[in-house]
This record gives sequence, C-alpha cells and structure tokens, in this order.
Amino acid sequence: MQGLNDFGQMLLSGASIGCVYAIVALGFVLIYKASEVINFAQGDLMMLGAFLGYTFIGVLGMPFLVGVGLAMLCMGLVGAALDRVVLRPMVGQPVFAIVIITIGIGFVIRSVVIVTPGWGTETYTIAAPYAGGVSALGGVTVGNEHLAIIIAAIVLIAALYAFFRYTTLGLAMQATSQSQLAAYHVGIPVKTILSMIWAISAATAALVGVLLAPVTFVHVNMGFIGLKAFPAAVLGGFGSIPGAIVGGLIIGIVEALAGFYLPQGFKDVAAYVLLLVVLALRPQGLFGQTAAKKV
Amino acid sequence: MAEPLLALRNVETYYGPVLAIQGISLEVREASIVALLGSNGAGKSTVLKSISGFVEPQKGTIRFAGQDLPGHEPDAIVGLGLSHVPEEREVFPFLSVRENLLMGAFTRRDRDAVRADLERMYGLFPILRERLDQPALSLSGGEQQVLAIARALMASPKLLLLDEPSLGLSPRLVGEIFTVIRRINGESGTTILLVEQNAGKALEVAEYAYVIEVGRIVMEGSARDLADKPDIREFYLGLKEQGVRSVRRWKRKKLWR
Repeated sequence: MQGLNDFGQMLLSGASIGCVYAIVALGFVLIYKASEVINFAQGDLMMLGAFLGYTFIGVLGMPFLVGVGLAMLCMGLVGAALDRVVLRPMVGQPVFAIVIITIGIGFVIRSVVIVTPGWGTETYTIAAPYAGGVSALGGVTVGNEHLAIIIAAIVLIAALYAFFRYTTLGLAMQATSQSQLAAYHVGIPVKTILSMIWAISAATAALVGVLLAPVTFVHVNMGFIGLKAFPAAVLGGFGSIPGAIVGGLIIGIVEALAGFYLPQGFKDVAAYVLLLVVLALRPQGLFGQTAAKKV
Repeated sequence: MAEPLLALRNVETYYGPVLAIQGISLEVREASIVALLGSNGAGKSTVLKSISGFVEPQKGTIRFAGQDLPGHEPDAIVGLGLSHVPEEREVFPFLSVRENLLMGAFTRRDRDAVRADLERMYGLFPILRERLDQPALSLSGGEQQVLAIARALMASPKLLLLDEPSLGLSPRLVGEIFTVIRRINGESGTTILLVEQNAGKALEVAEYAYVIEVGRIVMEGSARDLADKPDIREFYLGLKEQGVRSVRRWKRKKLWR
C-alpha cells in the first residue's frame, strides 16, 4: 500500500512539474507557429515573471492573486514590447539570426535581474496562502503547491482553448499562424497579432513562474527549466499545442518516477533519453502535423 | 465626370534592382469590370500587388476612393474597401470553410450584416455550404478558388482584385467562375479588376481592358474593340486570320511598343 501511495505521489508531483514544462512549451509553440522563431528566452521570461511576483507579493505585500495577475499583466507588456522593439525590425532576416537574438534576450533578462537591487543572485520564496499544506486525493497525499500548479494549468489551458477556438481574435491568431500572407489579404493586422502572441506567451510563463516559486524557489537561474520544456515541445511535435501539453506532462512524470525508482543521476537525463526514443520511433513527434505549412 | 474608383498614374515597381512594371496608368470606374491581360511574367500580378500594398511602387500615384494607397500596410488597405484574391489562393489550410469566411470579415464590426453575408455566400457558392466544417486544406483547387473569392467578398469590398481566378481549373469550372464574377458585379455592384491569361473569357465579362507586356501597357480599349483587333485575336485568343503568315509575328508584335 505504501508503494502505491509513493507511486501516486510521484505521479502527481511529476504531473505538476510537467504542467510547468507544458505551459513553457506552449509559449515556445505559440511563438514558433506564428513566426517560425524559437524563443529561447521563454524560460527567462518565466524567471522574470517569478521575480515580479515575488516583488508584488513578498515585498509590496499584495494579496496573492492580485500579485499573480499583476505579474502576468506586466510580463504580457514585456512580451509585446520585446516583439515590437527587438523582433519586428528583424522581419525578413534569416530565422536563425532571430533565434540567436532570443538567446541574447535571455542573457539580458538574467543580467537585468542580477543588477536589480533587491533581486540579484539570492534565492527567494513566495508565500502562497496554500503553501505547506497537503491534500488527500483518493488515498494519495499531495502537496498543495503541486496541486495549485495542476489546477492553474488546467484552467489556463481551457481558457486558451476557448479563446483560440471561439473568439474572432483567437481565430485571427490561428489564421496568422497558418499563413501570414493570407492574413494580410483578409486585413488582419499581422504585426499587432504577433505582438499579442508574444504577450500571451510571456504572461503564461509568468503564471507558472510564480506558481513554481513555492516548489523550487525564485532564482536567477530558474529559467533553465526552459531546457526541459524544449524537449517537451519537440516530443509533442513542435508546432502542436496539444503536443506541447502532453509532451510536458510525460516529461514531468517520467522525470519524477526516474528520480524515485532509478539510481541518482537518471532524473536529469530521463527527459532526453525519452526524447531520443520517441524521435527514433516517430520523427515528427507525438502530435506532429505532417501537412506542410505554407509560409 | 466623377473620379474613377481606382486610378494608377505612371506607376513603376522594382523587385530589388529588377524593373517589374513601368509607366503603368490605368483607371477602374465604379461598378465596372476591367480586365488586365498579358502573358506569363508580363507584370500583371505586380500591378495588383502594388495596388494592394504587398510591394511598394517607387514612382507614380495610386488613388483609391479618394485616398493615396502607397504607404498603407496591406491590412489597412483591406479596411479601406479593397480586397485582393491572390493567384496562390492562400486559404487558411487548417481552418474550416466557415472560419475562413469569418476571417474574411475580420475588418468589419457589423455582426448582423456579416451573418447575412455568410448566407449570401452560401447562396452564391452552394459548394461552400456542403463543405462548411471541413478544413480548407481538404478542398479541391477549384473549391479553394471559390472559397478565396467568397472570403474576399466577406470583407464587403468596394473593389475586388482577382488574380488569375481561372488558373489550373477545368474548363467547366472556368465557366462557373466567370458566371460568378458576372453575378458579383451585377448583383451587388462590386467593382472588379480582373487579371487573366484566359483573354477570351476575360473579354466576355469585362467592359474595358488593358494589355500589358514586359511591364508596360501596350494597348487598351473597350473589351469589344479589343476582341476584334487582329493582334489580340491571334496572340491571346488563338484565332488566326486567313493569310497572316506566322513568320511575321515578331514584327507585328514589335509595333505595339
């Protein structure tokens, strides 16, 4: 019975970290689908969002949900500004150059955090009202901070799904992702739409950044979680949103189980071993769209 | 006489260092159909792209409904009431037919009228009603062409630019497309600038036509006059007059410039 409980716990905590990977991967995929650019700064955007959340909640003493909302809003503006100021002038340049720029953006964000008074290289935590407690789910006890991530991810994904599926603006974002040229032809303001997509990616990253804080603390290097979210996106088939979500969950769970049942050291490579196996069997990823995209 | 809906004066467009069109002047009057004829690579599509903002002309003026177009973004030009159906059709492959049509109305805010227009499109193009929930990707080439035209009409444009609507379609479908073009113009008074290689069909529906060769307009006139000209009959309609020797073709062609 104890073994089953352990397994259930590993499954749930793995799933919660998997949700973090999934949301960060979702950010990768949204930007990639819209502009063919892989945004390597995605993890650092999450880190910056976490620092903002820490400042609003921990330093300024705002209520938790207000602080989360404000951090998302600020990061949305940061995302849109990055697109407007840094990426839009690069339109028409080779994609790899733009990808390198996103790596540069990541470095800049880390430097800015390090030199900001009150942030620096210290480790902080965010006092979430639910943190520290546990909940029992069908005989499995699970930490509230893990549960909160899972619930928030489900709500976020449902909201994004409804937005992309049923609103005109969401449809226009899908349309722009499928063909920028056609989007121009029907009068969709493509450049504005791209900025909005950056805003959504950055805001969702901020959400998981703040929620992750009670689990792993806020630190300038927490953005390296992007290195795990990237295989999650590839595993799902880069460019597929359901793929990013499932890929993130799988990697989170496999990592947790490997950390518990396998000798030390396997936890960190498990994601990449899994990725190699899946890509060997299914090169387009789990949910890869095989139809060629016209650009 | 009223100002024409669209007027180009001496428009010159380059692709990098390459001159694509030069000294293009043409007019499209409200509620008319004007055809722009010419062979492959003559610069027909470049004229349309210069109008709809996809390429920026280096010289000349383009006036549409009292506004100067160059300098506007392509999406802003759609908002002014000018829709361009490109040669490549460019439907949204993974959106359903219905969603494609809704995206066509992106620039509009009058929801009720959009819904009415959606019904009107299903009336004009019954095939779209049958395919409503299918992704546009699954449509045949002809159906995609119909969808692209219907999507452009959803913006309720004053002027519709059609780039080779008959390209790659079966003869039966070509007939249907031209019937539709005539209906759009007749029923809602939509002005149409039609680019075509199929000169015979284009001259049947158009009132006025321009012929473009190597980036310049070499001939213009009412569609009826042009259809009777021996040069047009021979080179664009494939009807050879008795007694004309094909060896003399190049000489006569040269006279046009």
